[in-house]
Amino acid sequence: MNPTTRAPDYADTVRTPEELGRDAIGRTEAQVIGTSPIERTAIEREEELFTINMGPHHPATHGVLRLLVSLEGEVVRDLKPVMGYVHTGIEKSCEDKSYWKAIPFIERMDYLAYYSNMAAFCGAAETLLDLEIPPRAAWLRILHLELNRIHSHLVGLGTSALDLGAISMFWYCFRERDTILDLFEMSSGQRMHTRYFQVGGVAEDIPVGFARKVREFCALMPGRIAEYEALLDHNEIFLQRMKDVGIVPRERLLELGVTGPLLRAAGEPWDLRKVEHALPYADFEFDVPIGTVGDNWDRYRVRLAEMRESVRIIEQAVDGLPEGSWIADERHVVLPPRHELATSMEALIQHFKLVTEGFRVPPGEAYFPVEGPRGEYGVFLVADGSAKPARVHMRDPSFVNLQALREMCVGGYVADLIANLAMLDPILGGIDR
Amino acid sequence: MEVERTKLRGLSPLDRPRSPAELRVRQLRARDMLRGDLEGADLDEYVESRVLTTTLERAQSWARGNSLFPATFGLACCAIEMMSMVSARYDTSRFGAEVFRASPRQADMLILSGRVSIKMAPVVRRIYDQMLEPKWVLSMGACSSSGGMFANYAVVQGADKFLPVDIHIPGCPPRPEALIYGILKLQRKVFGDPDLGWRERYRAGGTEEGRRPWKAGALPVERVGSAPAAGIVTGHGQPGAAQLDAPVGHPQLTGHEARDAYEEAEEDEPAAGPRPAVGWRDDA
Repeated sequence: MNPTTRAPDYADTVRTPEELGRDAIGRTEAQVIGTSPIERTAIEREEELFTINMGPHHPATHGVLRLLVSLEGEVVRDLKPVMGYVHTGIEKSCEDKSYWKAIPFIERMDYLAYYSNMAAFCGAAETLLDLEIPPRAAWLRILHLELNRIHSHLVGLGTSALDLGAISMFWYCFRERDTILDLFEMSSGQRMHTRYFQVGGVAEDIPVGFARKVREFCALMPGRIAEYEALLDHNEIFLQRMKDVGIVPRERLLELGVTGPLLRAAGEPWDLRKVEHALPYADFEFDVPIGTVGDNWDRYRVRLAEMRESVRIIEQAVDGLPEGSWIADERHVVLPPRHELATSMEALIQHFKLVTEGFRVPPGEAYFPVEGPRGEYGVFLVADGSAKPARVHMRDPSFVNLQALREMCVGGYVADLIANLAMLDPILGGIDR
Repeated sequence: MEVERTKLRGLSPLDRPRSPAELRVRQLRARDMLRGDLEGADLDEYVESRVLTTTLERAQSWARGNSLFPATFGLACCAIEMMSMVSARYDTSRFGAEVFRASPRQADMLILSGRVSIKMAPVVRRIYDQMLEPKWVLSMGACSSSGGMFANYAVVQGADKFLPVDIHIPGCPPRPEALIYGILKLQRKVFGDPDLGWRERYRAGGTEEGRRPWKAGALPVERVGSAPAAGIVTGHGQPGAAQLDAPVGHPQLTGHEARDAYEEAEEDEPAAGPRPAVGWRDDA
């Protein structure tokens, strides 16, 4: 795009000459880029801005994100994300489905945090139904949510390191990711998009041997995280790409509504698991890691520390898993047990009604947030008394967090844009929905 | 002399010598052959043991099929499983399809990994157009094959609406094993030896879309080779494509049997005109 033919909404992003040389925290160009003649060649002052189009097909955009980047030499002066390339119409499709058939749609929004999506949607429906899920179901949800968090961070870390040139991290992260997917497959039968949570509890009790496998994983994972640290923490290239890059101050992140590891890396200890929550996170002992500077290095460190804390939560969840039913005994919402269908006419009718029509939800609105791998996943649900939701809206953290990308990148090198985007860890399926 | 004309698939063109001494013997024999010292039975024996004749096209497709370069192009959920396919557990480099190229100009296989939205379809088509021939497209998962569960305003109901797709892989998302299986099927196709599609399997020749219905009483002509399961054939110039439409005189044979019969018939009646210079040697 020619800078002279900018769209009107683009005009307010043009900075004054005094602002032009400063990044999001007000550091001058000399502080960011340096003062030596070689470093100064990155900027060609007399040149006009050069706008390039990055994406939607770009290996480092983690999906089909398109970025309009205005460059002055090698320095990013402006950035505008363009989205919608994987817009799937999921929210609208959910309105055509009964509540329990909408869960697979919700899952496919943020395709690395499918358990968070499901937990938010089922939680919202349960709030409207005024349904209490049994403790075993709640603990199983927490167990899977935390496994999902590790899985998502592993994919994020592996691909981020890949973008920065460290391909070994990709192999190691995906090795551990596959062990987590084995667990998902064991409990639900699918690797991705498991549809394990449902309104009233979870779809199935965990199978025999699952707890042992989870314990094996918990014993294995901290050592593996230490291996990642050994690989990356002293890697000079990685350190230079991470440290003091992409700093956004805490106040600005709060203004933008950013949540998740991005916000915690800037020093704000905001974690929905620690505030009052429908899921019994209060029964678990874990810490919320925070950063101090708010640069990419802190983001990386916070994610690694979160994986450790998740392992702690999983250990507690599997050790203290309450006995009892894994799904609420509410026959107007929950399918009857399979064996009853052969003997009970009522169960057969109930099953037929639930499968064909679904259950009805009393009119009302509910918002249910869950702390997922990227921040606050919240489903806003409007029910009109029928068996289908009147409106489903997902507050997806990738979408909100993407607003911080401009602040992270402006004033830095275009090469750092890749690192910033990798540490922002957006999932385009969640952004576009 | 009977020169074996065989397919290259499954054969190593060079079998390694077992010892340095054996290598030396082979070198000397090769030198003799090049000097023209070998004659008659010796020469025939040498040729039989050392030379594998084939057509250039077959050698080319053998090389192409074993080094597919996928484009680094992820669309949605399936892209994550596509990345797993490269990871250590699934390791698609066993089949020569692991080198993901970021530029479509260096890639010859496009894996449509995820839902193709209407906004994305022109981009996908442009990436496909930027790839150099020969090129192949794998449609991974339900969304890009048929729209999948998203039968709504936003998603293209099947990527074959706007570009030719060679292989459709079912699943939501398909497991990495399924993707590798699809790549193996694609390799067979690249080798010019496509697997049986459903029309072959169920003897449903003549039901292709756009064909005129068979006249009553007329026997359907069996076809050699086959369309892939989805029935979408894009020739792309692979050697098998020329055979696809050739009717044979054995209507009771199908699939591989029919193709073997076709090849035998071809051998019995050598093609008119000069023989190709490569891969042929006049019988002694």
